Amino acid sequence: MSKQSHFKTLFAAAAIALPASMMSFAGTASAQQTVKIGSVLSVTGPASFLGEPEDKTLRMYVDKINAAGGVAGKKLELVIYDDGGDANKARTFATRLVEDDKVVAMVGGSTTGTTMAMIPVFEEAQVPFISLAGAIEVVDPVRKYVFKTPHTDKMACEKIFENLKQRKFTKIAMISGTDGFGASMRAQCVKVAPTYDVQIVAEETYGPRDSDMTAQLTKIKAVPGIQAVVNPGFGQGPAIVTRNYAQLGMSSTPLYQSHGVASKSFIELAGPAAEGVRLPAAALLVGDKLPDNDPQKKVVLDYKKTFEATANQPVSTFGGHAYDGLNILVEAMQRANGADPKKVRDEIEKTKGFVGTGGIVNMSPTDHLGLDLSAFRMLEVKGGDWALLPPGT
Amino acid sequence: MPRWVRHRYASLVVLAVVIALLPLLFPSSYYYRVAALVWVSALAAIGLNILMGKAGQVSLGHAGFFGIGAYAVAIGPTHLGVPPLASLLIGAVLSAALAYLVGRPILRLKGHYLAIATLGLGVLVALVITTEIRWTGGPDGMPVKKLVVFGWRASGADTWYWITAGMLLIGTWLALNLDDTPTGRAFRALHDSEIAARVAGVHVDRFKLQAFVIAAVYASLAGSALALMNGFVNPDQAGFLHSVEMVTMVVLGGLGSVIGSIVGAAVLIMLPQALTVFQEYEHLLLGFLIIVSMIFMRDGIVPMLAKLPGRRA
Repeated sequence: MSKQSHFKTLFAAAAIALPASMMSFAGTASAQQTVKIGSVLSVTGPASFLGEPEDKTLRMYVDKINAAGGVAGKKLELVIYDDGGDANKARTFATRLVEDDKVVAMVGGSTTGTTMAMIPVFEEAQVPFISLAGAIEVVDPVRKYVFKTPHTDKMACEKIFENLKQRKFTKIAMISGTDGFGASMRAQCVKVAPTYDVQIVAEETYGPRDSDMTAQLTKIKAVPGIQAVVNPGFGQGPAIVTRNYAQLGMSSTPLYQSHGVASKSFIELAGPAAEGVRLPAAALLVGDKLPDNDPQKKVVLDYKKTFEATANQPVSTFGGHAYDGLNILVEAMQRANGADPKKVRDEIEKTKGFVGTGGIVNMSPTDHLGLDLSAFRMLEVKGGDWALLPPGT
Repeated sequence: MPRWVRHRYASLVVLAVVIALLPLLFPSSYYYRVAALVWVSALAAIGLNILMGKAGQVSLGHAGFFGIGAYAVAIGPTHLGVPPLASLLIGAVLSAALAYLVGRPILRLKGHYLAIATLGLGVLVALVITTEIRWTGGPDGMPVKKLVVFGWRASGADTWYWITAGMLLIGTWLALNLDDTPTGRAFRALHDSEIAARVAGVHVDRFKLQAFVIAAVYASLAGSALALMNGFVNPDQAGFLHSVEMVTMVVLGGLGSVIGSIVGAAVLIMLPQALTVFQEYEHLLLGFLIIVSMIFMRDGIVPMLAKLPGRRA
């Protein structure tokens, strides 16, 4: 290198310090009159179908709560960061929420991956964290400051197997996605199958971006004595499985999907092949079909109406999880009459009989989810729409 | 111009001073965390820059080695009872061994073919990590035990700021040293013209392999540091997008410039944090800034800035 270029390298090195010092000026202003609630969601990226409705729901309801006077005399201030589905980014934003924004609680974490990466931050800072992720690892083992609102994959397996048992099916095949959701639910299903006298006689997997599953399904078709097929997975995979399933003429064997596909887009993607497919899902999907005496009916219809009117898009169960999380938190803050993170945590744990979109929540020191199997409804696709399955069928 | 500026280690000294003084500007430990992320990414980028900028070979699968390092410190202590520091070294040795074994055949390829081969290597590592659920926890990742050295637990963003800064300083020092060694000169020769280098008696295959192994070890150590710092790993760290991010850091900062890699890493890590105020326009702006800097600063940020005062003189 020449003399000059050395000097210039030096000059450039000093440039590192510049943006860093600029950063420290941002975000120092904080208002004492508000209560800060944080959120890290996957608003963009591969998990945006989770994060996007969650983001809209949180903004919508925080505005509503503030318009109605806030919580315990203080307005809520919402800080949302988008992790793009990247666990490492989520971790950084979690640190930012706790250390820089000084939030008193967090409702967020769209995926299990991002949630698991953020848990240590909130546990260490002793800030309550209500996760919106599916897998059971989030609350099992129970961590003092971590709660969650969505049903677990284990519950979905149990609900499906309960239905299988009612229909006296014992031999099933399973085709699962190798993504986080599929792999986790598959493991849970394998674990609980013996409790329901269900035998998994054939098992296949597919990658999250595969566009054809005929090979795997043909193998399953060749195994004799299979009474039903279960497909743990989410995203587009299950829709392709459903289409291929019909193409191969396997429709006489019942097909079960998971709560991971509980959105209208699944029926649209799978088309007529979806007819007769059964799946466990939250009451939100069939709000208007619930009997009038159902305690959840009013809550889910109200949420659906508010969301669809403001966001101009059909409601999804994922946004519902954010609604439940925010409201559990707000009610806990009201009971604690303030925003002290430790008191709020204690009150979240004491949540009893909270009626949310996901079900009726009864938390306890050993259960930071608080939902039982009744939170799931068994649905069947009929005439291009969801239909509630009458009990016992 | 003062004599000391000409010295090879001048930029190293500046870096050390920056590292020492930065915490004075930090109002909270979140800033330590961001800075520590910059140091870790910079370490990986410096390694990749030795391969890309100095030896002129491309790797689109470098996150694979990053992933090996990260998962080594996750799997070692959890499943095998190997202490974290030993796991970190094992990870580095494994990465070096894999780079050596795979590098021998694939470094004979050139240009796009080499890019595809290294891409394949990265994808394979990510695939193994995603599917070996029993060992790696699958797509959702697994927790990493805290680093404990002689009873001292390394935790907290400020602690990791100093650990990663130390690793970066050593990494920078070694990379700067390389310039004036026969190996460094051989790298530059085969970067400029492989045929000329061969004619001049440079053992081309051996030096390419050497650069590849060095880059793999840098990435592996950076991966281990990040995993220990986060207390958590997931397959994204070994994924293709992370490989691309590393290449972007190197190219944005300046091919062949050690300090450039640090600047590139700093920009790519800090920009998304600084742009969050723009909400949904964040990605638009990030993309725009990168495109603009690639158009107007083709050589990368540092070589470009280095040219500026010269032109005026």
